[in-house]
Amino acid sequence: MSTAPSTTPAAPSPAAAEAPALEVRDLHITYPARAGRGPARAVDGVDLTIGQGEIVALIGESGCGKSTLARALVGLVKPTSGQVLHRGAPLRHTGSALKAHRRQVQLVLQDPGGALNPRQSVYDAVAEGPRLHGLRDGLTERVHGALSRAGLRPPEEFTARFPHEMSGGQQQRVVIAGALALDPSVVVADEPVASLDASVRGEILKLILDLRDSLGLSALVVSHDLGLAWNIADRVAVMYLGRIVEVGTVEEVLLRPRHPYTRALLSVLPEAGRPGRPVLLQGEPPDPTAVPGGCRFHPRCPLWAALDGPARAEAGCDRRELPVLSGEPAPGGLVSCHLAEQPDPIGRPVAETPLEPA
Amino acid sequence: MTSTATEPVSRPGATPAPPRQHALRRFVRAFAARPSGLVGLGILLVVAGLALCAPLFIGNDQLNVVMVNGPTLAPPSGGYPLGTDQAGRSILLLVIWGARSSLSIGIMATALTMLLGSSVGLLAGHYGGWIGKGLMHLTDWFIALPGLPLAMSLAAVMGQGTASITVAIGVTSWASTARLVRAQTLSVEARPFIERARALGAGNTQVMLRHVLPNVTPLILVSSTLTVASAILSEATLTFLGLGDPTSVSWGSMINSAFSGGAVTAGAWWYLLPPGLAILIVVLGFTLTGRAVEHVLNPRAVNGR
Amino acid sequence: MSLLKVRDLRVSYRTGVRESPAVRGVDLTLERGQTLGLAGESGSGKSTMALALLRLLPPSAKVTGQVLFQDEDLLTAKWSRLRAVRWSEASVVFQGAMSALNPVRTIGDQLMEPILLHEKVGEKAARRRAAELLENVGVPARRLRSYPHEFSGGQRQRIMIAMALACRPDLIIADEPTTALDVMVQAQILQLLTDLVREQGVAVIMISHDLSVLTQTCDRLAVMYAGRMVEHGPSEQVFADPRHPYTRALAGAFPTIGDPSSRRAPTGLPGDPPSPGSLGAGCSFAPRCPEAVAACRTREVDLWPAGPRRESACLRVLPEFANLADQPVADQPVANQPVKEGGAV
Repeated sequence: MSTAPSTTPAAPSPAAAEAPALEVRDLHITYPARAGRGPARAVDGVDLTIGQGEIVALIGESGCGKSTLARALVGLVKPTSGQVLHRGAPLRHTGSALKAHRRQVQLVLQDPGGALNPRQSVYDAVAEGPRLHGLRDGLTERVHGALSRAGLRPPEEFTARFPHEMSGGQQQRVVIAGALALDPSVVVADEPVASLDASVRGEILKLILDLRDSLGLSALVVSHDLGLAWNIADRVAVMYLGRIVEVGTVEEVLLRPRHPYTRALLSVLPEAGRPGRPVLLQGEPPDPTAVPGGCRFHPRCPLWAALDGPARAEAGCDRRELPVLSGEPAPGGLVSCHLAEQPDPIGRPVAETPLEPA
Repeated sequence: MTSTATEPVSRPGATPAPPRQHALRRFVRAFAARPSGLVGLGILLVVAGLALCAPLFIGNDQLNVVMVNGPTLAPPSGGYPLGTDQAGRSILLLVIWGARSSLSIGIMATALTMLLGSSVGLLAGHYGGWIGKGLMHLTDWFIALPGLPLAMSLAAVMGQGTASITVAIGVTSWASTARLVRAQTLSVEARPFIERARALGAGNTQVMLRHVLPNVTPLILVSSTLTVASAILSEATLTFLGLGDPTSVSWGSMINSAFSGGAVTAGAWWYLLPPGLAILIVVLGFTLTGRAVEHVLNPRAVNGR
Repeated sequence: MSLLKVRDLRVSYRTGVRESPAVRGVDLTLERGQTLGLAGESGSGKSTMALALLRLLPPSAKVTGQVLFQDEDLLTAKWSRLRAVRWSEASVVFQGAMSALNPVRTIGDQLMEPILLHEKVGEKAARRRAAELLENVGVPARRLRSYPHEFSGGQRQRIMIAMALACRPDLIIADEPTTALDVMVQAQILQLLTDLVREQGVAVIMISHDLSVLTQTCDRLAVMYAGRMVEHGPSEQVFADPRHPYTRALAGAFPTIGDPSSRRAPTGLPGDPPSPGSLGAGCSFAPRCPEAVAACRTREVDLWPAGPRRESACLRVLPEFANLADQPVADQPVANQPVKEGGAV
């Protein structure tokens, strides 16, 4: 801890104006083997780009690796291989580089009650970041400014309070204020509204949108809730067992999904009057220690289940590996599926094939 | 204007009392509601008061075996409420004087224990890998060592005296505190706010001192009060075995003198009983207080809500 | 004879000298085989109400009113009768069901426990029934000897449902059965519940904060706020056309994908759900209501008819308040007030 704390944010590289706010390239995070279990491939090859001023939603179920990926973006988890880049500059896992990175890329966690030290007042909680980075000048203004931007006005009414005296929504605003106090350029939010009351969710989501509109903040929001992506995201990436299986704009992925997993997820959303029958996948996603060969979704894929022997041999979903999807935005979106490219036997493109035999 | 104060700045009158005072008031109120805690505290206050005030009414002429002139080994009577020892000194005054030694050794040994144990526990809980494993092996080793023989060996090596007893007790008791603190550290560090602190840029020292320590302190506090009780018992044992300062009076040494002075064969129960009872009462006082503090700080264990 | 009739149920908790009301007068009726969804957030009293039905609240809770289960008042029933009703006629799937399983006993033992307690059968028969229950919920019977930690979250929830069905009850109360589960697992559990309920004709009261989930699985929907019921009716109608501003806000919290009005436009309510001790006169929702008028803060609200078999506790359904332009508008909704100590978290 002998490096001098930086008081100015890292100067952006010359290509910063074009470089995406946050990027991962070919990221692999594997947890080593433990007694009785093999190595866990939590993140198994991911390319993802978050442009400046963009909100990207990363959707997946538990065990898909989305939380691990979020933590790697903030430098809390060291990748096994691959790179995390901020404004085009790769992140190195040294003390000073991590510290500089954390001034730019901040994290908001799921459980606001747990994310705040119960013994710290709101002021101390928000001031912690600036204090750690040596920003002691104008600390009070900084704290008050961050609290105001997070919607807690007037800030003086909240600075002396303690977390247990506040509601869940207010606590989450304090956590967001703590992140804002460092003037980051990107915020990574892991399930930011999952523990909050339904009527309060909208306010916090609105806050994230406002911060993007007013401060130009980029955001990666990790969630299991597709509706959240519809509410605030520009682009969405669907993750399954360590890989991104489909990515594109929200309209492309949620209204015209192509990957059978995405289609199944959308079909079971409990909304009155949805067309088509819900496709319930069997079982649960397998463990990251036992990733299936070929396409990792094929054991649960309804399209694969509907194919007979010869068709299966031709499709090769159980043998042929799929490439990692590019992180760059591509028109029409990208999907990682052997069958999405081929028409089905009747000749219709797969996206229109019903997932179950009618 | 800029402010570098660590207390939150707020408009006067617009905010409630600083939370630390509030928490203290709540603690005192909750403690006062527990009769056992009040009894324990009362005992401790009386004993401490007597021990501190002892020099006011006990002088050298009552303690020095050459200078006293009371009857030897006399049963309790008007002038000597608890009888006399084989040198003619009043047992009552000796017990009160012994409190000074026993209490001070007990408290200092506890301080040493808590300091050593908490540091090791905190470091072991925070750092995984080699440091953590190494520290835990060390701790386990010390737990496995039989306390009394080790204390005796240490005291023998360091020579008789209060310092050697204090160190001996500290060295043999820190390990269980370390275990406790390590467990609590691990549980605190699993909570999300530690992750948030790291995400904000905190390093190891900051996490340990600013986040873990304040949350582990209640446990250390409770553990201290209970450790003093056992430290006093250990002190009594060691001085009883003759390892203490032969010139100073303590409860353990009184029991030692009673045995070697033939009080048993003489049937001089007034020599054996009071120091033992004194130890009992003080240990009880600390235990009751400690349990009450624990219940106040951890109400869920009691109410079962 | 209705299966369940609740009349003017009131529950308040005694904390020290204060009494905070958690449920403030709830009526409901449930027929055999009917499914009722109970929607609300923290502080609404929905879980308290559900537990009060079977007298499962701690002694510090004061419960008044009537709970007529098959025309028998459970609140005044003798203890032995209550124990007989519990589980064999009405069972509960608790919130946080995943941690409601005893970690040191096999699930086989835990499944057999209610069977052995309530039905006069031997251990072999109980084990057979337990195996059958497990298969019914989609868990292989050979896992009877496994311990809870060897199962995933979704599987543990299935086991809890199997336990609730063990004694073939007439009523199941499911408190947030899918809240912590993934989308796909949630869909599986809901499908399971729907199938079992239909097969065995069991009535269900399902509690959740997610209106869309309740609409999908329940016939009728009741919305609670601050200890009172503010709206109820057939679930699809209530969801599609809410007659209470709170229901509208809850419905909007989980947007429909494809609906352009919710694209980049999340809807929420300012302020926070009220804590039980801080309720004033008039409608308890008025401080947060975007459509409140001056009368909302003074006039007592009650459940008024708002359509066929529908009721709503909003002044707006009354004919005299139907025309918005005539009413003086109330003060702005209060946003972001610091919650007093002891408030709902």
